[in-house]
Amino acid sequence: MKTSKNSPALRRAALSVAVVALLAAPLFAPPFWITLLNYIGLYSIVALGLVLLTGVAGQTSFGQAAFVGIGAYVTAYLSTHFETSSWMPWLNLGFGLALTAAIALGLGFITLRMRGHYLPLATIAWGTSLYLLFGNMEFLGGHTGMTGIPALSVAGLELRNERYFCYLIWMIGIAALWTTHNLLDSRPGRAIRALRGRLDMAEAFGVNTGRLKIVVFVYAALLACISGWLYAHLQRFVNPTPFSLNQGIEYLFMAVVGGAGSVWGAVVGATLVTLLKTQLQDWLPSLLGRSGNFEVMVFGILIILLLQRTREGVWPWLARLLPARTPRPLRSVVNTLPMRARTPTGPLLVVEGARKEFGGLVAVDDLSFEIRGGEILGLIGPNGAGKSTMFNLISGALPLTRGAIAFVGEPIAGMNAYAIARLGIASTFQHVRLLPAMSVLDNVALGAYLRSSTGLFRAALRLDRHEEARMLAEAARQIGRIGLAAHIRAPAGSLSLGQQRLVEIARALAADPRLLLLDEPAAGLRYGEKQELATLLRSLKREGMTILLVEHDMDFVMGLTDRLVVMDFGEKLAEGLPVEIQANPVVREAYLGGVVEEKV
Amino acid sequence: MDLTIAALLAQDGITNGAIYALLALALVLVFAVTRVIFVPAGEFVTYGTLTLAALQVGKPPGTVGLLAGLAFAVGATELWNAAHRRAWQELPRRLGLYVAAPLAIAGVVYAAAPLKLALPLQIVLAVAIVTALGPLLYRLAYQPLAEASVLVLLIVSVAVHFVMLGLGLWFFGAEGSRTPAFTSASFSLGEVNVSGQSLLVLLFSLLLIGALYLFFDRTLYGKALRATALNRVGARLVGVSPNLAGSLTFTLAALLGAFSGVLIGPITTIYYDSGFLLSLKGFVGAIIGGLASYPLAAAGSLLVGLLESFSSFWASSFKEVIVFTLIIPVLRWRSLTTRHHEDEQE
Repeated sequence: MKTSKNSPALRRAALSVAVVALLAAPLFAPPFWITLLNYIGLYSIVALGLVLLTGVAGQTSFGQAAFVGIGAYVTAYLSTHFETSSWMPWLNLGFGLALTAAIALGLGFITLRMRGHYLPLATIAWGTSLYLLFGNMEFLGGHTGMTGIPALSVAGLELRNERYFCYLIWMIGIAALWTTHNLLDSRPGRAIRALRGRLDMAEAFGVNTGRLKIVVFVYAALLACISGWLYAHLQRFVNPTPFSLNQGIEYLFMAVVGGAGSVWGAVVGATLVTLLKTQLQDWLPSLLGRSGNFEVMVFGILIILLLQRTREGVWPWLARLLPARTPRPLRSVVNTLPMRARTPTGPLLVVEGARKEFGGLVAVDDLSFEIRGGEILGLIGPNGAGKSTMFNLISGALPLTRGAIAFVGEPIAGMNAYAIARLGIASTFQHVRLLPAMSVLDNVALGAYLRSSTGLFRAALRLDRHEEARMLAEAARQIGRIGLAAHIRAPAGSLSLGQQRLVEIARALAADPRLLLLDEPAAGLRYGEKQELATLLRSLKREGMTILLVEHDMDFVMGLTDRLVVMDFGEKLAEGLPVEIQANPVVREAYLGGVVEEKV
Repeated sequence: MDLTIAALLAQDGITNGAIYALLALALVLVFAVTRVIFVPAGEFVTYGTLTLAALQVGKPPGTVGLLAGLAFAVGATELWNAAHRRAWQELPRRLGLYVAAPLAIAGVVYAAAPLKLALPLQIVLAVAIVTALGPLLYRLAYQPLAEASVLVLLIVSVAVHFVMLGLGLWFFGAEGSRTPAFTSASFSLGEVNVSGQSLLVLLFSLLLIGALYLFFDRTLYGKALRATALNRVGARLVGVSPNLAGSLTFTLAALLGAFSGVLIGPITTIYYDSGFLLSLKGFVGAIIGGLASYPLAAAGSLLVGLLESFSSFWASSFKEVIVFTLIIPVLRWRSLTTRHHEDEQE
């Protein structure tokens, strides 16, 4: 880097010139470019919703165009059928948003619980249905549509001119960009990222994933509705065509082409698709000797080629050309997150006659044991003994077939995982469940989800910075504790398996649990790392933490635990102090086979 | 509504339902073997009808050029891959299968088009050329992504649908076509007139389903496909090539689509863009069968056909709305009854 060229003052000056030029551009640009700019803005707003819904949360929707249609038709109908005053369209926006929210809630409630490919199929179905409804309702003008929609006015100024309208579109567009960006960089944002393929983990840290999916879906629908409202007042005419399934699919293409993982991907995708579309519309028909909607054909081929080469879209590629941003330093905080009082003695968790059947297979066969406050209890047994199933019954990841589990006297059998997490149980996973693209810091901060209450609204408007700093400080403290402070900004996926297991423990600790459930935390760790892990667990115990340890590594368990429960074929084989278990002939016979298995 | 009208609607519903059933079978087959949700199934139907219509008037159909183009594209891909990997021994067989054979079919159809052959021969030609598109399409669009998630494959499918839609408009134009009925005979069953065409549609659908059953039950390739559908990795371990399974599946699906096109041609006017609604209706049927059960998919498709024909009587402009709204509760029920799987990762 040349320092003279990049001095802050010069850069600031260049930036302000660029901003002024950009701000003034709509006043001078040729009309054709204004139209393009307007459409790019309208499409970006919809694509932003899809970035959040599809790119980040992993819920594919082909039906966004229908929500755009609701926004457009509500204001078209109301402002042509009732007395119009200058503020009427703004009131209509409110009605449109309310109707969209109601419809999205209903559709979301039915369709978002669907698994995998059923959801996109359902969006195709309702996208088609809503479009056909627009075309078949007489009072909405049928297939010909509605004309005479009044122009918008802002503070007495009628936006009849596309140039002025452009400012409104982009003000709203930038606001949407800003809120979506904020949302992704916050407590709810981390939970939303976990919706994509990490549902069980998110639930285990207190995220009500079903609710959150619906909230994200409604957010995307509302953005689409705003875009539709703007469209209706820009065109001053609506018909069903721009709200068809085809357009819905085009929105998804925009997000995928641009890069559905980033908010900028939406803008890049909308720009590319719009520019390409206008160009193709110009010369494709003359090339093919027919008039028609041929540009979608080229889009199709482009999408296929793009997906075959890279699944990330164009934005990550563009982002590499930009100078890398240095992450903000962590803010130092005065008051840290509140911590729970820990009860040192007495039974903390009582399992009574727990039973789990998978069809005919009895994985856990009427098992009873208790975990006392402040102890480290080891749950051991040969492969397939049912240890992990028992573990999942406690954490709520699996429902019990029969039996009871009580935590501090409260029955928790049958509760959702996120409700159990709220009571103060945190767990790690046998198969590492981190978000590989997210930083170690954010991964651990997700563990502290329940220790803050920042909602979507506060996060979107950046009112959460103080809370956020406290959460990140807590996460950083836990990362320091497991000795990975040097990797705090690294993507979690770049760490070794052993380090990832430690990050899982830090995440569980960030939840400030009363009971820590560890599923084979030492698997994949080197000898030295195991020693450090044992030291960490001992110091946690000194602080009054209660730990359930499911483990294979006998050396690790024997030196660390206060008591052991041995399982075999779903039943309890023995229970007692490590020395008693080591001497127990039944255990030696059934599990150890007479020889203690040494692991390298 | 009296009994005559009801019987007429039922006849319509069953005839259309039989065609949706063929499509539903193609969708179930393709999904089971390759995990591709076969959105462009409908385009194979329209290509089938429109190809036959072009042969009727003695014009070489646009699918000839498409088939040749795809064959050359696959040839180029294969050459590139062989050069890239320096593995030439497989090349002659692949070029023969993917380039020479389709080109031969295209050549025959091109030469035969002006002759205005008899209807059965024209049907054979039309079905042959559209069927040949299937494996080429798989090779070009899907095979490089065979390991991708269902979602990525679905987006590819939607893209393929758009490409085929655009090509359809280019090749066949925006005008709709009808093909002549196989027979003008009709029978009266008491008060009700049963058209010979409807009976033939039912008969051919049943024959095709029977033939598929024999293929899957008796032949080695059929068994290989069934094995792949049950367990992809396992089938691969015992030597079933996933590429072969994919190509074969797409050939069968294309055959089912093309044949549906020939059957539906005399009943409805088919435009280049009629395919999507057809395949969506096949979908509703297939999803009633959970994208897994063939008999349930066929039954579901008959239900869709009946529902459509009766709702066209009561609320004709809303018949599509009714059919597609029905899919949502069905999907909901399906996703509740299928076993919980963690959402796929990309």
